[in-house]
Amino acid sequence: MRASLRPSDPAVSPAIERVNAELFTLTYGAIVRQLLTDYEEIEEVNKQLDTMGYNIGARLIDDFLAKANITKCTDFRETADVIAKVGFKMFLNVTATVANWSADSMECSLILEDNPLVDFVELPETCQGLSYCNILCGVLRGALEMVSMRTEVKFVKDMLRGDDVFEIRMKLLEQMPEEYPYKNDE
Amino acid sequence: MAALAPTSRMRCMYIFNRNGVCLHYHVWMRPHTTLSQQQDQKLMFGLLFSLKSFTAKMDPVGGNKGNLGMPSLPGQGCSFHSFRTNTYKLSFMESPSGIKLILVTDPRMGDLREALRFIYNNIYVEYVVKNPLYTLGQPFKCELFNSTLDQYVKTLQ
Repeated sequence: MRASLRPSDPAVSPAIERVNAELFTLTYGAIVRQLLTDYEEIEEVNKQLDTMGYNIGARLIDDFLAKANITKCTDFRETADVIAKVGFKMFLNVTATVANWSADSMECSLILEDNPLVDFVELPETCQGLSYCNILCGVLRGALEMVSMRTEVKFVKDMLRGDDVFEIRMKLLEQMPEEYPYKNDE
Repeated sequence: MAALAPTSRMRCMYIFNRNGVCLHYHVWMRPHTTLSQQQDQKLMFGLLFSLKSFTAKMDPVGGNKGNLGMPSLPGQGCSFHSFRTNTYKLSFMESPSGIKLILVTDPRMGDLREALRFIYNNIYVEYVVKNPLYTLGQPFKCELFNSTLDQYVKTLQ
């Protein structure tokens, strides 16, 4: 994926359009608000956010590959780096730090010190278990699955719950090889 | 059939996803077809799949071990980008997300790697993937995609 760290070629990749950050943050807030009303249970809201994220990620990956002009991806370390440096930058205009690698290189953390999703947010007493940014986990999981990496993604540190940073833990479960989809006698 | 000049070098285009579903089949000029559309697409996917596996297998320098036809991880090994016969040229591109673009043209056509990249980046992603009402993994019929593609291929030499 090294090529992607270079700025993309404007002749081949579409321009990156920007949207007002406040509009984005408040729109996301309105969605979470609506889910809280619709589902009532906090755990259910976390799950819905993850599912919504998954569906976004599954589409976003092609957009990402097109804009970053990425052609190849081989190992998880490089993938994590590209997500942190290119992906977060492109879609949230922040960069994450990759840290805490497990010994087998199957698990790492993305650390966000700044997160535009929570700009105006304070968790009230009634929402203590809410993983407000859980949609990000879903996006990562959905996007990675499309490039053949089945992962488990969750927040382990959350500034809204009093931690000093946001920490997203990504675990690579398996890399799915491409298989021939037809049977011989079909 | 799209309106292109009779001298156009374009023949047809296929788009497959990672599961072998033909998302789109576009014909400019193909007077001679012998198979049903479904069989034609299945064989095309099979050809690419085998050729990709075989080219990676033949790599004299790098290359992955394992048996011919064994499933390989995406991004593993090398791949081909075109082949040419005396009557046509087939150009191929695969994105890391497993989207495969195949462009069949006149054999005198030059290198189309950048053109395929352009079609994926600026036409497929923009008009198909970003359409919120398009269901992922389903074949698509999209007017804007077709007209933009027709317009773009006119510029190819």
